[in-house]
Amino acid sequence: MAARHPIYDADSETIREQIRRFCAREIEPHAEAWEEEGIFPRELYAKAGAAGILGLGFPEEYGGAGGGITYYCLVREELARTGFAGVRVGLMGLGIALPPILKLGSEEMKRRIAPEVLSGEKISALAISEPEGGSDVANLRTTARREGDEYIVNGEKTFISSGVRADYMTVAVRTGGPGMAGISLLVVEGDRPGISRTNLKKSGWWTSDTGHIHFDDVRVPASNLLGEENGGFKGIMNNFNLERLGIAASLIGSSRCCYEEAVRYAHERRTFGKLLAEHQVVRHKLVDMATGIQAMEGMLDNLVWRVTGGETCIAEIAMLKSFCGATHERIASEAVQIFGGAGIIRGHKVERIFRESKILSIGGGSSEVMKDLASRHLGWSA
Amino acid sequence: MKVLVPVKRVIDYNVKIRVKPDGSGVETQNVKMSMNPFDEISIEEAVRMKEKGVAEEVIAVSMGPQQCQETLRTALAMGADRGIHVKTDDVLEPLAVAKMLKAIAEKEQPQMIIVGKQAIDDDCNQTGQMTAALLGWSQATFASVIELGEGTAKVTREIDGGLETVDIKLPAVVTSDLRLNEPRYASLPNIMKAKKKPIEEMDPASLGVDTTPRVKTLKVSEPPKRQGGVKVESVQELVSKLVNEAKVI
Repeated sequence: MAARHPIYDADSETIREQIRRFCAREIEPHAEAWEEEGIFPRELYAKAGAAGILGLGFPEEYGGAGGGITYYCLVREELARTGFAGVRVGLMGLGIALPPILKLGSEEMKRRIAPEVLSGEKISALAISEPEGGSDVANLRTTARREGDEYIVNGEKTFISSGVRADYMTVAVRTGGPGMAGISLLVVEGDRPGISRTNLKKSGWWTSDTGHIHFDDVRVPASNLLGEENGGFKGIMNNFNLERLGIAASLIGSSRCCYEEAVRYAHERRTFGKLLAEHQVVRHKLVDMATGIQAMEGMLDNLVWRVTGGETCIAEIAMLKSFCGATHERIASEAVQIFGGAGIIRGHKVERIFRESKILSIGGGSSEVMKDLASRHLGWSA
Repeated sequence: MKVLVPVKRVIDYNVKIRVKPDGSGVETQNVKMSMNPFDEISIEEAVRMKEKGVAEEVIAVSMGPQQCQETLRTALAMGADRGIHVKTDDVLEPLAVAKMLKAIAEKEQPQMIIVGKQAIDDDCNQTGQMTAALLGWSQATFASVIELGEGTAKVTREIDGGLETVDIKLPAVVTSDLRLNEPRYASLPNIMKAKKKPIEEMDPASLGVDTTPRVKTLKVSEPPKRQGGVKVESVQELVSKLVNEAKVI
């Protein structure tokens, strides 16, 4: 069977198969209960680490499994395909927290942190957003003041996925003057004195914790700085690009889950004497869903190919992210519509996915911010 | 010691089996194939023996068409050291497989052959037993625990109504049951490493085995479609149906 795009080959399909096996064995049977109870079993990190799932897309020399961006996206798509976004987000926070450490961190830091995060021993989170703003990174307010060999961090971060349980936080701080030229990235260990963290209650993703974090005179060794002081802005922006490819892949997986659930249900449920799937109106809905998925896959695969080839594709990735967010919202909504009354009953995957479908049109850069960003990189200005 | 593990390429357990329109067999064209799940368990067990330092080498063997090499690569990615592919497009029955395993065992001199208790395609459950008989080795079938001693093994077998523990002398053939272990996932680095591991190719003739089938398949047909049930209104109606229609009480 041919893969859907030349970026995939026999190896990627074998890995896809292994991830599906992992999901079927380790996630699917339990995730509904985890979600309802709002718990994340910590041992799942170690299991996913041992299975080589956490490390996909990360270099082998730091404990990764190799494979580049293709695999980075593939693993997110497959985890999302279970329909349990909370589990995926809870598990894969390292996907945005670790790349800045590997790109900008000292060799000592990379060797110390990456292997234990990629093996699932330690949890890492990225902390950028603040109560005053998320995407407006240039105006963030959390400060890190240099004092001898240490930075002293003060301020607060919010909406931080895995922020409550993270052992390592990759934190955006202000080390210099106002604007983007005063921003740095600093690794802050979760157990440092002066940190207080609260889990925020959300409309979905209950398996994943979302933290509000206070830093009150938190002392961090200066060697925890990633890259140059005041040179963090570019690293944050590059990291957003990677994150958004991963989000697009996740939205594709989640859309596919909705579509497959809807197809299954349409072949079980009878109304007016025939199967739902025998009603033309329902068949057209299913085809529209499949069309949306095909479009998202085409955009993602093409951009993965281009980025792997060395392009940055800021506008294209921003457009991909907002397109996938909107398409996924529509597909989740139509899946619930096909389920009818059953679609609003807890326990059906489509109910949860629909309830959660706004999250990724906001998180990782809202659709509006994405379009604004794209407009500034498309070669015209107004 | 060396451990030999045969791995069979079968239709994936998730695939819905379709019978060919002419009734000559089941459809295998454009159907997803994978390693027989019991053979995955056998490979896992052998690789664990190697990791514990009680086995030095794990050899995976597959018999069948060219694509069996994919199945062998999976075994190598799980940790087997090298592969042997007996290439043939002929239909292989358990006796022919057992004869070829005997020939390979005589050449490789393993101390143990771990065979899946059955393949999920034909469900024969014969190859392990036949191989042991042809070699004149001990056999322990349906293993749920294998403990190795000095030239011996203690094997816990799953039997009707409980567990039976047998002591066997090596060399031996052990067939693996579902609860022997939980096979690992093949990781990307190991899939890459597996590409460099050797696969030796041979054919049935070079092993001196005639694979001509001894059983003739007359017809393969789908099981009858399940009839829809009926809802009964009362216990009286249920009992009356059981007595008068089903005639089971």
